[in-house]
Formats: sequence, C-alpha cells, structure tokens
Amino acid sequence: MGSDGIRIEGLKKRYGRGDTAVDALKGVDMVVAPGEVVGLVGPSGSGKSTLLKCLGAVIEPTSGRMVLGADTIYDDGWKVRDLRALRRDKIGFVFQAPYLIPFLDVTDNIALLPMLAGVPNGEARRWAVELLESLEVEHRARAMPSQLSGGEQQRVAIARGLVNRPPVILADEPTAPLDSERALAVIRMLNDMARKFETAIIVVTHDEKIMPTFKRIYNIRDGLTYEEAGEGRDVEQEYVQAGESAEA
Amino acid sequence: MISLAGRDIMHAWGKFVFTGMGLGLLIGVTLSMAGIYRGMVDDGKALLDNSGADLWVVQKDTLGPYAEPSSIYDDVWRTIRGLPGVVRTANVTYLTMQVRQGERDVRTMVTGVGAGAPGTPGWPPYLVAGRHITRSHYEAVADIASNFKLGDRLQIRRNQYTVVGLTRRMVSSGGDPMVFIPLKDAQEAQFLKDNDAIRQQRRRTAENPAFNRPQVPGLLDSVIASQSVNPFVNAVLVQIEPGYDAEQVAASIRRWKHLTVYTRSQMEEILIGKLIATSSRQIAMFLVILSVVSAAIVAFIIYTLTLGKIREIAVLKLIGTRNRTIAGLIMQQAVALGVIGFVVGKISATLLMAPIFPKYVLLEPLDSVKGFIAVVVICILASLFAIHAALKVDPAEAIGG
Repeated sequence: MGSDGIRIEGLKKRYGRGDTAVDALKGVDMVVAPGEVVGLVGPSGSGKSTLLKCLGAVIEPTSGRMVLGADTIYDDGWKVRDLRALRRDKIGFVFQAPYLIPFLDVTDNIALLPMLAGVPNGEARRWAVELLESLEVEHRARAMPSQLSGGEQQRVAIARGLVNRPPVILADEPTAPLDSERALAVIRMLNDMARKFETAIIVVTHDEKIMPTFKRIYNIRDGLTYEEAGEGRDVEQEYVQAGESAEA
Repeated sequence: MISLAGRDIMHAWGKFVFTGMGLGLLIGVTLSMAGIYRGMVDDGKALLDNSGADLWVVQKDTLGPYAEPSSIYDDVWRTIRGLPGVVRTANVTYLTMQVRQGERDVRTMVTGVGAGAPGTPGWPPYLVAGRHITRSHYEAVADIASNFKLGDRLQIRRNQYTVVGLTRRMVSSGGDPMVFIPLKDAQEAQFLKDNDAIRQQRRRTAENPAFNRPQVPGLLDSVIASQSVNPFVNAVLVQIEPGYDAEQVAASIRRWKHLTVYTRSQMEEILIGKLIATSSRQIAMFLVILSVVSAAIVAFIIYTLTLGKIREIAVLKLIGTRNRTIAGLIMQQAVALGVIGFVVGKISATLLMAPIFPKYVLLEPLDSVKGFIAVVVICILASLFAIHAALKVDPAEAIGG
C-alpha cells in the first residue's frame, strides 16, 4: 500500500543535442500525497505528455529527482535498474480508453499484473475479485471485455491500475469520452480508491466537467508546473447533481 | 502465470483454425511431395524385391535392364547356372508399353518370365486372385493397379492375352503396373516387326547375292529363318546359394562370361541414384519452394496478427510485462498455428491426397516426425519478424503518444 505518494524535484527533460535540442521539461516540481487526487492540465506542447512519460517510467528524465513511495526512482542521472518492474509494481495506469486485453476475462485482466509479478494465480484472482467488489462490478467477473458497457470497462481498467496497490496512479484523460454523469462517476471512484488504498492519483485532463472537483491542480506551461488551488467541490454532490440534470 | 497465447487462441479460435486449415493444406501438399519421393524409392525397391534375384546379369557395360537397354542371348543362363554359388537362374524381359484392353489402354511394364513355378526369379511372388501362368502362350498375370480384372482380354502387339491372375505392388520404378506374360511371347512382343517390315527385310535378304546363291540351295531360307527368331532377353536373374558372397559370385560371372553383373545394393544405387535422380531433385526443389512459401505465409499471418495487437502489446509492456513473455506469446501462437496446420496437413495428405494421387504415395512415420520438427522450426523462425516488431513497440503508445 502506498505511503509517501510521489515527490518530484527539478525534473528536466531535453530531447536532442546542440542547436536542435528542445527542453520539454525545465524543472518540474510536484508533490502528491497518499490518498490525494490532483489534476494535471496544460495546453498542447506544454510538456504534459513528456511529464506523464517520465512519471510513468517510460522515458528517463535528463536530470532531477523523483521519489515514488519510499523509493527514489531518478536522482540526477541515476535511475533504478529495472523500469519495467517499477512500472509493474509501483505505478498504476488508467487510460483514456480502457485498453483491456480482449482475450482475457475481467478477472484475469486485473489479475495479470500480480501474476506477472510472480503472485500465484489463485491469490492474484482473489485480489482481483476483491477490487471488483469494491468497484461494484463483481457480477461481471467472468465476462469478456467485449461484453461490458463503457462504464464497466473503465471500472475494470481502474481496478487493474489499483491491483498491485501502487503508491501512484497515472490517469490519462480517463473521462474524455464520457458524459458528465459518467465522468463524475469515474472521478468519484478514483477519489474513493485513493482514500481506501492511500494512493496518490494524478489525473491528466482537459475535461471541464471534472475540473471543479480537484482541490489542487498542476498547470504545466512551457515545461514548468504551476500549482493552483482548485475549487475542490464535493464529488459526491457533483455526481448527484449531474444525475439529476441528466434525468431532467 | 496464465498462458496469454492460449487465451488469445481460444478467444479467436475460428481465425486460428481456419488459418491453420489453409496452412495445413499447404503442409499436406508438402508431405505428399515427400510421400511421392518415398513412393518412387519404394517402387524401385519393390521391383528389386519382387524380382527375387540376388544378381542381375546384363549386357556388358550397360546399366540394364531397368535404367538402360540391355540385350543378351537367351541361352546365357545355362552357363551362369553352372558357376559355383549359383542356385537358380532365369531369363527375363522388360518392356514398358501401352497395353490395350477393350477401348482403353494402360501404360504397363510387360515382363516376360520363363517357365517355372512361384519362387522362380522374375515371377510374381504372390497373387491376390486367380492363378499363375501355366500355359506357354497368351496368359497374363497383372498388377491390380492396372485395373485389369480376371478374364480380361489384353492386346499386346498382335496377340491377345487372358488375365489369369492378379498380383499387388508389382510396379516398375516409374510406378507403372507390371503385366507378366510367358517369355517367348514377351521376346516376340519386344522384337517383332510388322508385316511390311518383315517383307522388306526378306526382299533385301533375297536381293543380297551373298545370301541368295544359286549354287547353295537352302541358304536363303536358313538366313531368313534366323532373322525370324529373337534369341535375346534383357537380363538373367540369378539367385545365389546361401553362404556364398554375392559380390564374389558376381566377380566370377564378370570374369568368365564377360557380362556386367549387378548386386542388389548396386542395382538399388542405379535405380535410386540414377533412374529417379532427376525426379528426386525436382521433388526436392518443390519441397524447398513449398517450405519457403509456408514459412512466408506463417510469417505474414503471425506478423499481421501481431500488428492487430499493437495496442495490447503496448499496454502489456507499459504495465511491466517482460519482453520474453511477449515474445513467448507470439512464438507460441506461431507454433500453435504450425501444429494445427500440421495436423490438418497430415490428415489431408493421408486421407485425401495419397489415395487419389495417380502415383504411389508412401507417407513414412519418420518423415512425418521430421516434417513436424521442420514445421515447428519454420514457425519459430517465421515468428521472429513479428517478435521484432512487437519488441519495438513503445509502451508510451498506450498513454497516447
């Protein structure tokens, strides 16, 4: 279970060399506490995707420091050796589309991660079913992804991101294709899970519908992040209101 | 850990099975080609086995009687029979020709066998119906592959023959069914000229003053009579006495009779190494082409299947799946495709292609094992392109760029 969230100090990323070099990140600072859900916003070309890839241990930063939970991941050129295992064990991903593995049923889609980490199949499936119960989709445990609705698929994707109890979850535009009610349902779910599992969740988004729910928002512009206070509206209330609007 | 490849195959089993069936038909053709080669070799060996001979005595410096024409006098057998170690000899003629039966004609190897009994060299060792030849003229024993039946009347040259017996697996090295007839008839069939040619030959002989001397009555008749008989056969088949070395007996015949003699192993070498060598090379070439085509098809299919899963592979890589797990997924699918293809290919070759193929197709279990190993190896090699493509997938693709 996550304990220290994520802390980034002076993270820089440079593409190319010499005259053609581009500084995509110029010293990003960011702190997300366990159980907290923050927004990450920024226009196209601001360095948002680069930051997301660095946070997701997909690319290595040029310099700076990144601490995930109790582990230092990067520290001015030094990095952990096995980024693949780091992604598997320390980072959860939730994508814009669910991207479930179409040939695995719901339980195994979720249980695959712990299985890859060496957890016995039975144990991994038990974890998966527990999460499905938390997300109220346990009745679809044996269904194939193609048999799920869009909302169910997104819930299963969230369960997959949580299954290894990572200290941080990166949610990349998780509500983009959804209407207000469903978008807020996803955010409510992420907030619940963040609290329940003490996970730091960074939601990369452009979605105006969910923006008021964040207490803190990191705005990234020209490779630098600016922390802003969000409206921090009550997600539950927003969700209820959205439901009433939809019914009306 | 669950089998990702197995789950993917089960999920899209229809695609895999139908693709495997398509590949299987190609593998079936490949197995059949190998079977045709084996059948040709077996035909050659059957010809040698069924002749019942240990040695083949043929015209000097020829590769007769199967690979080259050979002609030796039909009384040579007597002198060979007298040599130490020889237990039995028999004259034999072979003539590949169209044999007419009613409205149809069948390509056969007409074999002339001397008087004797079952066990005599050259005779069919067993019958499946009817009886052996008992009369000295106009009876025939035919291989059932010729589709002749007991009682059928066959036209060979000018004479009619009655089928009195049927045998099995008596074929030439080219796979033509054999028809056995009495030796004298076969000699006549092999060397008999048409009436016009005989008249022409007699006229020429009569016009030759050396043969038509007024002072020597009867000379012309004697010469013409000598031209009207055929004292030649293609080979003498020899059985040697147990305990004697075939090579020693052969050396003795070569030395004293000035003829060429082949032992069983030498004759096998002639049949397989020379007579069907060109066909073997053609089949080998076909096998190579079919293997390359199969490999290309497997590579293309697996590559296409992999490209269809790029997003899933990116997700798998992003969530920490090892490269070897992804490579294993692709390789296992390629091998599974190969196994499905092999099973379909083996069944189609055995049940569909071999029975209707006009040549004898011998599908040996060892060839199937080798074929299976080759299919698996080809599939593994073919999957390398797809694995290369999969391992190049950037996990960042899963997070939108």
